[in-house]
Amino acid sequence: MTTSDKFVHMAIAVLLFYGVMAGILLLTQRLRSRRGERVQAAAFLGPSLLLIGVGLLYPAGVTIYQSLFGAATFDPPFVGLDNYADLFTNSQQLTVLRNTLLWVLLTPTISTVIGLVYAVLVDRAAFEKFAKALLFLPMAISMVGASIIWKFVYDYKSGDSTQIGLLNQILTWLGIDTYNFLLEPPWNTLFLIVILIWVQAGFAMTILSASIKGIPEEMTEAARLDGVGAWQMFRHITVPSIRPSLIVVLTTITIATLKVFDIVQTATGGNFDTSVLAYEFYRQNFVAGNQGLSATIAVVIFILVIPIVVYNIRQMRKLEAR
Amino acid sequence: MSTSTPTAAQVPVGTAPAVPASTAAKKGLTNRWASAVALIVAVVWTIPTFGLLISSFRPEADVKSNGWWNFFTDPSLTLQNYRDVLSGGSTGESLTTNLINTIVITVPAVLIPISLATLAAYAFAWIDFKGRDTLFVAVFALQIVPIQVTLVPLLQLYVDPPFNLMPLAGRDAPAGGLYELWLSHTIFALPLAIFLLHNFMREIPGELIESARVDGAGHVAIFTRIMLPLMMPAIAAFGIFQFLWVWNDLLVALVFSSPQVSPMTVKLVSLVGQRGEDWQLLASGAFVSLAIPLIVFLALQRYFVRGLLAGSVKG
Repeated sequence: MTTSDKFVHMAIAVLLFYGVMAGILLLTQRLRSRRGERVQAAAFLGPSLLLIGVGLLYPAGVTIYQSLFGAATFDPPFVGLDNYADLFTNSQQLTVLRNTLLWVLLTPTISTVIGLVYAVLVDRAAFEKFAKALLFLPMAISMVGASIIWKFVYDYKSGDSTQIGLLNQILTWLGIDTYNFLLEPPWNTLFLIVILIWVQAGFAMTILSASIKGIPEEMTEAARLDGVGAWQMFRHITVPSIRPSLIVVLTTITIATLKVFDIVQTATGGNFDTSVLAYEFYRQNFVAGNQGLSATIAVVIFILVIPIVVYNIRQMRKLEAR
Repeated sequence: MSTSTPTAAQVPVGTAPAVPASTAAKKGLTNRWASAVALIVAVVWTIPTFGLLISSFRPEADVKSNGWWNFFTDPSLTLQNYRDVLSGGSTGESLTTNLINTIVITVPAVLIPISLATLAAYAFAWIDFKGRDTLFVAVFALQIVPIQVTLVPLLQLYVDPPFNLMPLAGRDAPAGGLYELWLSHTIFALPLAIFLLHNFMREIPGELIESARVDGAGHVAIFTRIMLPLMMPAIAAFGIFQFLWVWNDLLVALVFSSPQVSPMTVKLVSLVGQRGEDWQLLASGAFVSLAIPLIVFLALQRYFVRGLLAGSVKG
């Protein structure tokens, strides 16, 4: 397919879509009655609900069903909950679970702490806008790009050869032995986590900074007149005031962390015991050919996400109610 | 702004709210430490990207033999890496096709879900019908479905659709499988898009809608003449979100795209795997893929921040 073919297809798809949209609007615009409103609602909602039903609900159901079957391309045997048992007993899968736990514990907390501290530090500084832009630039970068960026930081050359990676060069300058950052488990997982923290801290900073600016002026002013110091102010005024935002940030990053796939895929390809659930889902299905286990992992991610999302939504509601 | 202290006078007017001189002086002390710590964080955050940028302009021999910081003692720059990576050059690894694929995938995958979601959000916000709230909560709740749960059965649907529909995946797929990519991105974007846009729509005062209705305007007229113009900032906000998501996506592309329409992210991952030692290609290739989202992001930052806040800390 040539380049122009692709653009033609793109134009066709967009025109076709807007044609259908215009059709819906034109056909329903004369409707006024009570019943007409119902038709309009159906016309407005129909396309979205159809896509969501066919593309999200149905596949989710199929995946849950498939998680009860074993590994075979045709007619996989029914194995009940064996895949789930496997996930929690097989030593390889236990490593995956341990790694996922590390990711989920460290990424949200460290990103949030860095984002919060940074937001407080640059608040009302003359260079605030520029300083913030530096921290949240990584948010625009793909995780693939971020991983490549960090490969230049972590690279290791054995022996006495010149180091290309920044960290190993720094170790050399300090007279410390060089280290192969992405090779040794479980430490390599920590270095992968750094990449996601680097991406997510900007998100935390942006949300928390806006929240800090929402703290009533009178409150901080009164505290200041009472002679409250910077740390006390942070501890007793800033943090409690933005608590709901903090929770929203923590939970949002946790959800993103549970689905992290790109970083592991790009940086280590899941080798050296760095696999996580979201990566293992992909590997089991498209590399190892074990659809059942892959579906099981997807369901486990789903189950893990549910309580976090519910909590996240509750906190958001609280924020809205204010 | 008080001018009693010389330091305060040097602060450019308009960047900070007026502060009494005494607190300004006290702040000045803590500020110095704060600025130092902030500076360190900012530098640590910027250096990795900066290193990639420098590396992408260094000659192949230099990139492979020593680190990018040697550029400062031995500066030599070249555009050869970019030429190689865009034209294929000596290595035969051209990213131009993938760059075009990324663009072709992204444009409809941003326009379509936003339009659909705006319509749906309007219905949820301003058309009265039975079961509206239940339905809205259901759509809203579907945000929790991780895409991993849907990918494989969705792929099966594309390859082997029911009712003799045209397969959207596989060798005979129209447009090399572009349609399944557009459709998948649309599906995955809808629940969040509907939710966010609905929130924005509810903020528009009801009297505006009511008075339009009294004047005889139907829902379609209200939607196109009143709602769309008012919603533009919100639509832009979500648009940037969706743009970054699709442009930077790897998983959906790996699962659904055939080699002839695979985007840059997929190509970069395979470069890392197969030509991991060709650092100059990795650097310039990665930078080609970063450049456009970075520009869009910086240019439209205002909208993005607004969207981000609407999504997680409304109000």
